[in-house]
Amino acid sequence: MKGAFVPGCGPDTARAKFMAYLPFLKPVIKSFFKKPATQSYPFAPMPKDDLVRGHVEIDAESCIFCGICARKCPTAAIATDKNEKSWTISRFACIVCSACCEACPKKCLFMKKELTPASEVKTVDVAIKNA
Amino acid sequence: MGKRTVMPFGPQHPVLPEPIHLDLVLEDEIVKEAVPSIGFVHRGLEKLVEKKDFMEYVYVAERICGICSFMHGMGYCMAVEQVMGIEVPKRAVFLRTVWAELSRVHSHLLWMGLMADAIGFESLFMHSWRLREYVLDMFDMTTGGRVIFSACKIGGVRRDIDAEKMKRFLDALGKVEDGLHEIAGTFAADHSISHRLTGLGVLTKAEAEDLGALGPVARASGIGFDARTHGYAAYGDLKVNVQTEQSGDCMARASVRIRELYEAIRLIRLCAEIMPDGPTETKVTGNPNGESFARLEQPRGEVLYYVKGGGGKFLERMRCRTPTFANLPALLEMLKGAELADVPVLILTIDPCISCTER
Repeated sequence: MKGAFVPGCGPDTARAKFMAYLPFLKPVIKSFFKKPATQSYPFAPMPKDDLVRGHVEIDAESCIFCGICARKCPTAAIATDKNEKSWTISRFACIVCSACCEACPKKCLFMKKELTPASEVKTVDVAIKNA
Repeated sequence: MGKRTVMPFGPQHPVLPEPIHLDLVLEDEIVKEAVPSIGFVHRGLEKLVEKKDFMEYVYVAERICGICSFMHGMGYCMAVEQVMGIEVPKRAVFLRTVWAELSRVHSHLLWMGLMADAIGFESLFMHSWRLREYVLDMFDMTTGGRVIFSACKIGGVRRDIDAEKMKRFLDALGKVEDGLHEIAGTFAADHSISHRLTGLGVLTKAEAEDLGALGPVARASGIGFDARTHGYAAYGDLKVNVQTEQSGDCMARASVRIRELYEAIRLIRLCAEIMPDGPTETKVTGNPNGESFARLEQPRGEVLYYVKGGGGKFLERMRCRTPTFANLPALLEMLKGAELADVPVLILTIDPCISCTER
């Protein structure tokens, strides 16, 4: 058995041949007594670190609609309108890179760790400032 | 000469993770020649550099490949930093090295799973990918992304790993290493794996040199070439032990990758130990003017980044030469004389990444 890394495990002996079938037996037997390695998401919540980037949210009340986020967005997913006081994001175009959150001068954009639900139609989310 | 048959292999084939097409010229069941054709996932990412701000292009560079995404972003950043003469803070350099080595662990575990799947060892495939999932969780925890991290930027990194998180990170790494012992032991000693891989697709040292093979393919043929020994990023402070094998067959390539996994885990631990404190990024002013190269060792071999800026916001040219493209001639050489049933294994043994190759 050229290339085998196990010392004393030559190619020719019957014992060596038999033993060569065994290395994976330990993990296999252990797996009988273990819980599944997978999680039953979405029925059980997925443990996520605070750093995880899921989707962007805005606190529209403190936004000044300067448009820096829209300019910094690498995929042009964000649009702002000063007159209508609206902030629009296309969730399909967003690549969740958090460039907008870092660029925001008022720090009113936040990265939330939850993912947005799957969707079949291309929609935009609009946030409008009251008053 | 017997009757020759041309059999198309790919671009859609159960064993291929990504599309590559090969025309196999067969005589009975023996491959006499293989003619490759690529171009199924070309996305024009190099041209895009003229349309995207050089700071924004990092996000595009990361998307060249889904497996070594971090190293693509890092290579692009390194090349631009050289053009602009930016001194990256020491801590950022070490963090980049940690994530780059973890990408190597991720990639090699993925490859082990794919290889086990190709030879029909399904439970080993599942266990390899179970371990890979822990690695993805570690990325999730430290960078905020599982596959595309957006952690690298020109002038440094976006995220820092604090002491408490580093402890959790290293605990998780220990878990991966424990699981790896079982899988690596199986790869090394299992009769069916050894029977399938030993002596198959032998690439001699001279052939590997002539055909310009890179990465684990070259190292398995006895060429001790590793771009990390040039000391880019933090590798100058770490001593990388280049893993080589002499036999040049599929088993040797598997063995090189498995030993590189342990080496990567050792390097991550070493980085965590000697990582200095300090800032993680420097402020970038001005635009790149000039040209430069960056060479990095990716899981599949050496990647080369070339950038040329003309003093504007957009770069004039960006070129990236990826390891899979360099390994294709070696693959064609390996395929000659192989049996048709061994073709999937041989293709996987160079760890092809077609989306890198075509960009």
